Amino acid sequence: MSSRKKHEPKFHIAKRDALAWWQSWLIRIAAVLAALIVCALVTVVLTGENPVQVYLKMFDGAFGTKRRIWSLAQNTAMLLCVSLAVTPAFKMRFWNIGAEGQVLMGGLATAACMILFGESLSGPALYLVMIVTSCLAGAVWAVIPAFFKANWKTNETLFTLMMNYIAIQLVSYYTYIWSVPKGSGQIGVINRATKSGWLPSLGGHDYLLNILIVAALTVFMFIYLRSSKQGYEIAVVGESENTARYVGIDVKKVIIRTLILSGAICGIAGLLLVSGTDHTITRDTAAGRGFTAIMVSWLAKFNPLYMILTSFLLVFFQKGAIEISTTFGLNDSFSDILTGIIIFFIIGSEFFINYTIKVHNAKKGEK
Amino acid sequence: MKMRKFLALALTATTVLSMSALTGCSSGSADSTTAAATEAAKAEETKEEGAEETAAQTAAAADIKVGFIFLHDENSTYDKNFIDAAKAAKEALGLTDDQVIFKMNIPESSECYEAAADLADRGCNIVFADSFGHEQYMAQAAEEFPDVQFCHATGTTAHTAGLDNFHNAFASIYEGRYLAGIAAGMKLNEMIADGQFTEDEAKIGYVGAYTYAEVISGYTSFYLGARSVCPSATMEIQFTGSWYDETAEKEAANTLISRGCKLISQHADSMGAPTACESAGVPNVSYNGSTVSACPNTFIVSSKIDWAPYFEYMVNCVANGEAIAADWCKGLEEGSVVLSELNDKAAAEGTADAIAEAEKKLISGELHVFDTSVFTVDGAAVESYMADVDTDPAYTPDTEVVSDGYFHESEMRSAPYFDLRIDGITTLNEMF
Repeated sequence: MSSRKKHEPKFHIAKRDALAWWQSWLIRIAAVLAALIVCALVTVVLTGENPVQVYLKMFDGAFGTKRRIWSLAQNTAMLLCVSLAVTPAFKMRFWNIGAEGQVLMGGLATAACMILFGESLSGPALYLVMIVTSCLAGAVWAVIPAFFKANWKTNETLFTLMMNYIAIQLVSYYTYIWSVPKGSGQIGVINRATKSGWLPSLGGHDYLLNILIVAALTVFMFIYLRSSKQGYEIAVVGESENTARYVGIDVKKVIIRTLILSGAICGIAGLLLVSGTDHTITRDTAAGRGFTAIMVSWLAKFNPLYMILTSFLLVFFQKGAIEISTTFGLNDSFSDILTGIIIFFIIGSEFFINYTIKVHNAKKGEK
Repeated sequence: MKMRKFLALALTATTVLSMSALTGCSSGSADSTTAAATEAAKAEETKEEGAEETAAQTAAAADIKVGFIFLHDENSTYDKNFIDAAKAAKEALGLTDDQVIFKMNIPESSECYEAAADLADRGCNIVFADSFGHEQYMAQAAEEFPDVQFCHATGTTAHTAGLDNFHNAFASIYEGRYLAGIAAGMKLNEMIADGQFTEDEAKIGYVGAYTYAEVISGYTSFYLGARSVCPSATMEIQFTGSWYDETAEKEAANTLISRGCKLISQHADSMGAPTACESAGVPNVSYNGSTVSACPNTFIVSSKIDWAPYFEYMVNCVANGEAIAADWCKGLEEGSVVLSELNDKAAAEGTADAIAEAEKKLISGELHVFDTSVFTVDGAAVESYMADVDTDPAYTPDTEVVSDGYFHESEMRSAPYFDLRIDGITTLNEMF
């Protein structure tokens, strides 16, 4: 179909037909292997260390001790939780990049409850208030941009992004108000003596409850997106708003309802981070998970079950890379480099799953 | 302090905004927890033919393993000060690379607990953390590992925690600030003598992080040092509400300069204030270390805490089976508080002598920085003051700290607790 001009490209890129699942996984595994090889080369060239040693250290960093395995599971669960939260919005093609702020608001609400009601409310009542306020805070932070988008078609990408900064400043403000000792800008561990409002540890494992809650959320989200009417509506709105309208879906309502859900789960993530993990709040409580979650969600094609794998992979590489730089005495930027290479390859593999490169046969040309 | 994080946020945002269909990532945002060891220096071989003393020390310290937890890496002046001291102490004690583990960029969250516990798992007998917000997580680890010593800089709760393996440390930095203040006062005197402004206009500007005792103690001692040589000096403080915010610190310095401040000093960790001074040509007294390379024309002197003496102390204590003090605070005499080289290009003549003289008096105890006869609060002399030494959320004053005619700073616990607002100093924005 290209017109016969003198200049003809050597190759072109075409959309592939859907690959069989095993083919696409083959490509992904090949990408991870390629990433590991490139990482090994970079490591050898830059540091002169034995790459096999380096990879063993990576596993050691992630699985070396019981504590590290728990830490790996906990970090995976937290990243997965935020990823679950952003997924319905993304599936609806609503670019919610405000998860960072929504998590922070949920965390701030939790911290506020722990500080203000830590002594006056009994255990169950306090947990209930914490859950309700953190969901509410996250949902409000998400629904404001959704409301503007649904009614006036504002740009949700910018809107949600800016909401992050407001959330960060609010947290700064309250960490100053509640700081101990006075003026230090640090809240410190809340209710350290009474453990009031701390999520209980199950069987002596501090993070087990967090992990179970996220597991339950994962199952819920999988069923919600796949089998519920609302999940179907989300998919239709995502594919085409006009189609959705044509079949009688109230697009505005779906946008707002979905973002309430998205924000509320972010609020839960904030709750788990503040009440179940750190027992304090700082500007860094969300620790960039709101952004990393976007990648987790996309890589898993919005499938909550795949997201377990993608978030695990990201956390594993991160922990492994940290271990490498600690053991071999490298600056921590080195682990950023390795993580960057790995992620680059994983994302690149998605390109080859969706597209194919067709090399033009030179003999057919008019050379 | 959070610059790196913000850059990562911004970068991520940009990437996401430009993503077309399937991408969107930033490795930067993925990890707040990146930790790293930097025994980057090539393994220096332990000198076998070294002096006998070193050999004896090495033997005592042979089964010691020290883990360090730093909030940031060398890019922060605050952490660099700790990292350099750790390296110096390692060399002085003859520790090998295997005996020292560095974990950098550990946030003030449960990540700190995880890092401390991981270091204990690796066989460290001493774990040190450098940031105020690490304290409670260190205490948590200390409860879990009673045989490991947990040492924490700038914290306030070790003396009340009831844990004999959890310790706080600081230094009498207010004495260093006082000496730096003398350099500032001498400079003001020189500028008055040159006819650049009158005595009444001798106003100092100070960029502070928060209205926190550590900052208040710092600027007050600095001011008292300046006023001891330039009696007409006044001071204005602008707070930034952050320990590290380069833009805010630069803006604060510029505000102070435009309000007629003739000299600037700061208590915050970025280069914001020093560089603002350099471009405005206003003399600057720095903190955490010399900034002369960036500010060759305006840098006068800098005070800082040298942590190497403490690091050597804690290692020697463990090596000799002695207990580490719950609160450790040393000063000029022990080399814990030091001044940088004077920059002759900016410092007034005779500064070195004036500092040396005051230093001698401070060490001998003849001179006290917070001598209640040299300052007033609301026009009245201070005869008694109850400070919040045993930290609690209600800031309850609990300890009498004024006696023998001076305020006993850092004696009841290592971290500063001087938070009086003395006359002569105006705070411009109290909200932080």
